Amino acid sequence: MTESRIIDTTKAPPPPAELAAKAHPDLILGEHGLCPGCGEPVALRLLLEVLQELDVVQRSIGVVGHGCYGSFVQIMDVEVLQCLHGRAPSCATGIKRVRPDGVVFTMQGDGDMVNEGLQEVLHTAARGENVTCILLNNGVFGDTGGQQTATTVIGQRTKTSLDGRDPKTHGYPIPIADLVASLDGVAYVARGAVSSAGSVARTKRLIRTAFEHQLAGSGFSLVEILTMCPTGWFVPAAAGPDYLTESLEKTYPLGELPLRPIRLEAGR
Amino acid sequence: MTATQAPRLQLLDGGAAITASALAAGCRFFAGYPMSPFTGLLESMSRELPEVGGVCMNAESEIEAVNMALGASAAGTRAATGSCGQGIALMQEAVAEMALNETPMVLFNMARNQQDYFQCTRGGGWGDYRTITLAPKDVPEAVEHTQLLFHLAEKYRAPVIMYGDPILAQTQVGVEIRELDFGPLPPKDWALDGSTGGSGRSRQIWTWAMGKTTDPGLGPDGQWRMIAEKFAAIEAVEQRSESYLVEDAETVVVAFGTAALFAAHVVDELRAQGHLVGLFRPITLWPFPATALEAATRSARRVLVFELNAGQMLDDVRQYVYDRDTVRFIGGVSIHDSGMSFGPLLDAAPIKERILAELDRPSTQEVAP
Ligand code: SF4
Repeated sequence: MTESRIIDTTKAPPPPAELAAKAHPDLILGEHGLCPGCGEPVALRLLLEVLQELDVVQRSIGVVGHGCYGSFVQIMDVEVLQCLHGRAPSCATGIKRVRPDGVVFTMQGDGDMVNEGLQEVLHTAARGENVTCILLNNGVFGDTGGQQTATTVIGQRTKTSLDGRDPKTHGYPIPIADLVASLDGVAYVARGAVSSAGSVARTKRLIRTAFEHQLAGSGFSLVEILTMCPTGWFVPAAAGPDYLTESLEKTYPLGELPLRPIRLEAGR
Repeated sequence: MTATQAPRLQLLDGGAAITASALAAGCRFFAGYPMSPFTGLLESMSRELPEVGGVCMNAESEIEAVNMALGASAAGTRAATGSCGQGIALMQEAVAEMALNETPMVLFNMARNQQDYFQCTRGGGWGDYRTITLAPKDVPEAVEHTQLLFHLAEKYRAPVIMYGDPILAQTQVGVEIRELDFGPLPPKDWALDGSTGGSGRSRQIWTWAMGKTTDPGLGPDGQWRMIAEKFAAIEAVEQRSESYLVEDAETVVVAFGTAALFAAHVVDELRAQGHLVGLFRPITLWPFPATALEAATRSARRVLVFELNAGQMLDDVRQYVYDRDTVRFIGGVSIHDSGMSFGPLLDAAPIKERILAELDRPSTQEVAP
C-alpha cells in the first residue's frame, strides 16, 4: 500500500467534501427549525431529491399530516395539501383519482399514520391506490413532547410510558409496513432509516423504487423510515442514531419487505 | 327555451335527480358510505359518474369519504359527498378543516328527519366557521339547489350543505335536468396540479396559511380574520326565503324543507276557512333569512314555528322575528318506528290541529295587563 492512500486527518477535508456538506437541495427553501439531531429533515431531503432526480417535481402533489414535519410545508418547494391528522391517504386517493398523471405522495408520522389513521392507510393500500406513502417512524409523538404511539417499541420510555412500554399494560407495537405488505393491491413496501450515512443512502434508493412503482402504475407503495427523535426519546442529540439502532431497528428490521405470496391479480 | 318547447321531464327519485343535476353542474368526484336514506344518492352516483369520466368511491367510512372528496376538490375537481345525521357528524372534522383551508365541497345530508338543524347550521367541528345550508322543499327545488350549491361552494371556496330528508331522497317525480347559469366564478388558481413545484412559491392548501418562507402568507391570525370577513359577507348577501300570504297575516307559520310544503297546504285550507294565516319558509338555514323574517312578521299577532324536532330552528326564529314575545313552538319530535323517517306529525291534519289550537289562544299581548 502506498503512502498516498492513507487519509491525513490532521488537515481540513479537501474541497469536494466541503462542497457536498454545504450543498443546499434545490427544493428546500430555508431552515427547517426542527430539533438538533432530528431525523425528519434528512428524510424530507431524500424525498425531495428523489422527486428531482425522477424529474417529476412539476407534477408532484404531497399530502402532509400532523407532526413536527408538518412545518415542512413552509420550506418544501412542492405543492402540498396539509390535511387532518391521519387522513392523508384518503386525501391522496381523491387527488390521484382526479389527477392520474400526478405523482402523489403522503408524508406522515407514526402517530399520524398508525394511531389516528390506521384505517386510512390500510384501506388505501388494499384498494391498490397508485400513491406513495412515506412514514416517518420515531416511535413517539414528537410534536407533543414524546408520548407513546402505536409503534413505540417494547421497553421504550415515553412520557406516557415512563418505565418503558410494557406489553402487559400498553400492548404491542404495530408493524404497519408488515401489515401493508400482507395486503393485495400493494406494489412495494420497504423500511429504511436515516441513522447512518449508509442507511441514508439505502433509504434514498428505497424511496426512489417506491416512486418508480407509482410511475409504472403498479399500485400502492409504502416506505417506512426510522427517524431519530432525541427530544422525544430523552437522549442527547448525538446519541439518537445509536438509540435508533438499539431500539427501533430491532423491532422494525430494515430492507424491502416480501409481499403476500398469494396475490389476487384479477383485473389488475 | 322557446314557448313551444315542452320541458323534457324525466321520472326520477330524489337521489337520481340530484345526481343528474350534480353531473350537469360539472361534479366529477363523489365519495360516500351507505346509510339510509342517503344510500340511493350514493348508488345513483356510482352508476352515473363513471359514464361521464368521473369517479365515485364507495368509501370505507364517512371519514374517508369526506377526506377523499377534500383531496379531489383540492386538486380542482368539483367534488361532493354526503350521508345523514350520524355520518355527517363523523364528517364535521373535515367540514371545519375545509371551511378554514378554503376547499369547496358540496355535502348532501339526506337526513332521516329535521333533527340535524343544529348539526347543519352550527357545525360541530372546531373554530369560527359557518356552512351555507340550503333546505329544498321538494325534488325540483333540490335539483336547482344542487347546482346552486356547487356554484356557491366555488364562489366562496367553502363547504356547503344540502339539508334533505327521506321524502326528498326517495320521492319519484318528473323533473327537468338542465345546466343552470349562476354567473361567473373566480379562477381556480389555488387548485393543486403540481405545476408550481420548484418555483419557490409552490402552492399549498393549509389552514394556517403560513405560506412559503419566500412568501410568508397571511398566517393564522390573518387567515381567521379573512375567514370571518368572508362569512360576514356571505351572511349579508346569501339569505334566501319564501313568504306566502304574509302581507295581511295575523298568524305566520315558520317551517322549512318538506314540513313547509305540508304547512303551505294547511295555510291554503285555513285561508279558505277565513283565517288570516301565512307561511314563512327559510330556504337558506344559514345564513338565516333574518331580514325577510323580520319583515314578514312585523304585523303578525303570533308566529308559530313548525319543525320536526324538539325546537332547533326555534332559536333562530326567536332571534330575528319582529316581536320575540309572539313566537310559539308547535312542532315536535316525531319519528317513524323504523327510526329512518318522519312520524305521523308530518301530515296536514295534525299541523292544522296545532295551528287552530293556537288561534283559539289569546296572543301574549292580549293577555298582558
Ligand atoms: S420533537 Fe422529535 S421529531 Fe420533533 S423535531 Fe424534535 S427531534 Fe424531531
